[in-house]
Amino acid sequence: MAELSPTQISRRDALKLAAAGTLSFALPALDARAAGQRGAEREKSLITLWLAGGPSQLETWDPHPGTKIGGPTQALGTMVPGLRIADLFPRAAEQIHELSVIRSLVSKEGDHERGAYFLKTGYRPDPTVTHPSIAALVTQQQTNDRVEIPRNVLIGNDPFPGRGGYLGDEFDPFKVFNPRDKVSNVTARVGDTRQQRRLSNLEIVEQTFRRGRTATADRTQHRQTVQRALTMMSSEQLRAFEIEREPESVRAAYGESAFGQGCLMARRLVETGVKAVQVTLEGFDTHANNFDGHRENGEILDPALAALVHDLRQRDLLQSTVVLCIGEFGRTPNINALDGRDHWPSGFSALIGGGGLRSGVVIGETDPEGIKKSPADPIEVPDLYATILSVVGVEYDQELITPIGRPLALCEGTPIERLLA
Amino acid sequence: MKLRTAFIPIAVVTGVSLLVAAAVRPASRKPETDSAPSPSTVANDVDESLSRSWQEKGINPAAPADDLLILRRLSLALHGTIPSLEEIREFQADTEPEKLRRWTRRLLDDQRFADYFAQRLARVYVGSEQGPFIIFRRDRLTDWLSGQLREDRPYDEMVRHLIADTGLWTGTPAVNFVTAARVDEDFDENKLAGRTVRAFLGQRIDCAQCHDHPFRDWKQLQFEGLAAHFGQVALSPFGVEDKQQDYKVQDRETLEERTVAPAVPFSSSWVPDTGTPRAQLAAWITHAENRRFRRATVNRIWGLLFGRAYITPVDDLDDPPPADQPDLLDLLADDFAAHNHSLKYLIETITSTRAFRIASIADDATAPQSAEEAWAAFPLVRLRPEQVIGSILQAASVQTIDRNSHLLVRTIRLIREGDFIRQYGDLGSDELQERGGTIPQRLVLMNGDLVSELIEANLFNSVGGVAAMAPTDEQCVEAAFLICLSRPPTPTESSHFVAQLQGTTDKPRQRVVEDLFWSLLNTTEFSWNH
Repeated sequence: MAELSPTQISRRDALKLAAAGTLSFALPALDARAAGQRGAEREKSLITLWLAGGPSQLETWDPHPGTKIGGPTQALGTMVPGLRIADLFPRAAEQIHELSVIRSLVSKEGDHERGAYFLKTGYRPDPTVTHPSIAALVTQQQTNDRVEIPRNVLIGNDPFPGRGGYLGDEFDPFKVFNPRDKVSNVTARVGDTRQQRRLSNLEIVEQTFRRGRTATADRTQHRQTVQRALTMMSSEQLRAFEIEREPESVRAAYGESAFGQGCLMARRLVETGVKAVQVTLEGFDTHANNFDGHRENGEILDPALAALVHDLRQRDLLQSTVVLCIGEFGRTPNINALDGRDHWPSGFSALIGGGGLRSGVVIGETDPEGIKKSPADPIEVPDLYATILSVVGVEYDQELITPIGRPLALCEGTPIERLLA
Repeated sequence: MKLRTAFIPIAVVTGVSLLVAAAVRPASRKPETDSAPSPSTVANDVDESLSRSWQEKGINPAAPADDLLILRRLSLALHGTIPSLEEIREFQADTEPEKLRRWTRRLLDDQRFADYFAQRLARVYVGSEQGPFIIFRRDRLTDWLSGQLREDRPYDEMVRHLIADTGLWTGTPAVNFVTAARVDEDFDENKLAGRTVRAFLGQRIDCAQCHDHPFRDWKQLQFEGLAAHFGQVALSPFGVEDKQQDYKVQDRETLEERTVAPAVPFSSSWVPDTGTPRAQLAAWITHAENRRFRRATVNRIWGLLFGRAYITPVDDLDDPPPADQPDLLDLLADDFAAHNHSLKYLIETITSTRAFRIASIADDATAPQSAEEAWAAFPLVRLRPEQVIGSILQAASVQTIDRNSHLLVRTIRLIREGDFIRQYGDLGSDELQERGGTIPQRLVLMNGDLVSELIEANLFNSVGGVAAMAPTDEQCVEAAFLICLSRPPTPTESSHFVAQLQGTTDKPRQRVVEDLFWSLLNTTEFSWNH
């Protein structure tokens, strides 16, 4: 190899070198977009808009105006016959026909942490095992080896982030706390010459450690992880994190909020080949002033959601990107003395679509009087996740032996036929 | 984070005084205490037991590890950091007999042991969550644990305090074990029962909360009986107390409420007639005949020392073997109980076994994985985030950073640790699971602020020190290797780095040494215990 300068090495050779564990730093640049394909042929990704705190179904996708439980929230018509959503979402109302609405999700977890765990993994918390999040399961499916940046990204501040769980820490999400900041720690602290010296030094000392234990040292994945980090540092795909590259008009369409800009970043990441992105919007835990709280958050969510769906479709990415908009539970039909709504895990709403799922489907119904606790046509969360995993191409019912020796299915649900095209 | 920038210049000043202090301070700290009985007999029994199992399996054990490497393991396990150059030099100069045994005792008697181990144990007892505001004081709990460890209080007694103490979370810190499990306005008896049995008996009965345990003999009713021991816990202005009240659960089948009386799943004759239900449970758990308690403790401590429990998972142990067929855990456990449940004694015993002092490179004739599994080679285990940061901070200083160091140095350490751990990723409470490293971890070590600031050569840190003061290039390289990896360089390494240093002075020399430190801190060898 010594006679070749790095620029003479083909991309494929460079990858081989990388795989062989050589810490070659100056890899030739790869196409900025690892996944050029469009339409249904493209590898599937998942974008989750996580509404932390528990969004009210009545102030989002399941309003009951003019009833005792409806509050001041009005309903807006959409292009889906019969589907009316809360008037806080005028722009989303124009895009929602690209997605489907579930109004009858049921859960038994009414605590934020437990509920978030259930809604991220499809499993109720079990102190003996950490289940992987749906995002981690989707990420594990990745076959495109040209993605040089983390494949599972979490944007914003999520108090209860999903984990790689028993799949391993490498499936934990890469965290971007604020989408408007530069991604941290991806720039070398010294110039090229010194960086080269550091890396060749590193290789010398690694050789000593590996002597007599190559297999064990490989098991640590340390060198491979260093290599992946270096690849990421020099990758043009890092541009996916640079939302400032987008035209002002596009940035404006998503809204000025961190959440809106995060949704834009999510689109850029998915376009680059990232498998799973979660964008977090906090502030839905409206035990007091529920209506003001949802109005404020609606102003953030409405443009971001609408622009995201529109943008994905425009770029022919909607067919390959599952969009899920969900929180840990819903809120009580009953309005409390503080004009708030409390936690309500039985009969709450979510939006789901893209990725080749059927659009314009409305599932379930809640009692407009708020008396009946259970919704009509209840949907179990694991079924929702089996649906997502099956369209993404994950063998959702395969069993893995967990660290505690118990075989566990990736997902215990069954896909919801009505949502499959 | 604003604090951080303000603190750094002060740290430099503190650094100067530390350096000066180093020059004048006598090398040895305090006379060695020799009160504890020699742990060698049981350690020999353990060695023999392992040797027999290697023979049966046809495994060749690895060669003995170098003394300095064992010091590194001890220091990481007991202090959460690598040894300082100051300590290494003293260790190298020590030619008296029983060196490792004396140094183990010295490390155990150091305040850093009590502080670090208290953190590790707190995690076992109450997890890593924040816990309920106000009524849960992790700092008080760890301070209390630290005091108990320093004085080497009998472990069974410590556990009885944790389970059964009454009072305020500030004045009677052991009650934080109970207050950590308060959710909203109630104590979560299930969480308490699950934690108690996992931490102190090494068994997972939490799943019996909803259904019978899939493999072991735990039934849902038994779980409820255990949980009922916490059914009288209540809060009053005087803190945690036990109030006369029935423990009721909702039946999962009939959805009706029924009263559950405290009951233990086996050996109910160990339960004393008097005392609160919690005190009765504590007495049952720590009863002299309850082998599960001491076996679980030994397995846990083994795990904290090796990074991997003797039996994994650490909290899902099988039933003990028949009493007349004791296994390795029994050997250690019975001896531990016979020595007044002294954790220090147990640690001395385990660390003096051949398994702890064996090389991490398996013998040629044995597959590495099976050697590690049979403790015929020291397991390669990723360091915890606190150990990584402790080691980086120590590597930036020639002198030992300990409780005697100036308060400000430690304050900075706390601030930075928090920041670093957030980026590095916390392991949560699954800390004894085997894990590989992640990309964010590599990025933060290669490019993060902390490493970058700490290895920038200046007059007061180790990097600047070895660049300027080492008499020869060879000694400069040797010092850097000892500081970061606790070993001298190999001839290949030495000549590689000496060539880079040759003829350099001042800034260019500092740059070479900075790059050398960077490389050493980013190796597998630095981030993995070996």
